[in-house]
Amino acid sequence: MFRVTREPIDLQELVRCVTDPSAGAIATFIGTTRNNNEGRKVIALDYEAYPEMAEKELARIGEEAKRKWKIERMAITHRIGPVQIAEPSVVIAVSAAHRDDAFQACRFAIEEIKKTVPIWKKEVFEGGEVWIGTQTGQPLPGR
Amino acid sequence: MTIKVKFFAILRERAGAGEITKEIEEGSTVADLWEALKKDYPGLAPVATRLLYAVNQNYVKPDYALKERDEVVFIPPVSGG
Repeated sequence: MFRVTREPIDLQELVRCVTDPSAGAIATFIGTTRNNNEGRKVIALDYEAYPEMAEKELARIGEEAKRKWKIERMAITHRIGPVQIAEPSVVIAVSAAHRDDAFQACRFAIEEIKKTVPIWKKEVFEGGEVWIGTQTGQPLPGR
Repeated sequence: MTIKVKFFAILRERAGAGEITKEIEEGSTVADLWEALKKDYPGLAPVATRLLYAVNQNYVKPDYALKERDEVVFIPPVSGG
């Protein structure tokens, strides 16, 4: 299951989705919105996606992880729209026979999401807002 | 030929539109399309660098030759997670 959604993410749904009788481990990663960034006091994050392509890219990450590690299943859900502080914006769940593969594939997935998946976050902070661009490590200036 | 273009995030704000159609010469590349759009939407010009290109939901190189009804999205630096 690889999807973007406007609804709050249900961790248990992803865990159920990857639960597998031949798995001895499930690793999960939850990305949450932080209340500060580069000295700014962050009020909320507003995510936008090119949804059809984002879901395809998430699925591609799942396929690539399967080629690299011995995993059973992977599920990724990314939230879009406004996400309040401390709420999950992305959840990854990976099952594998052994924990090492589950941990490594999970780590791989979040790193790839930040590089290739067409999702953008606008940071709403005290005094303004800015689209964040992590390909360069530099925020793009707002309008 | 007619190309469908979708704008997201900072480009959507700069263009003031989420989805448009654009008439462009046969044989144009996706990079040519971007140059043409910058003339139609001057607000796009300052974000010309650091873009990736997607056609029909797959990343392509700037010299990709467009075809009738292709769906093009210009992808500013992504920041999911």
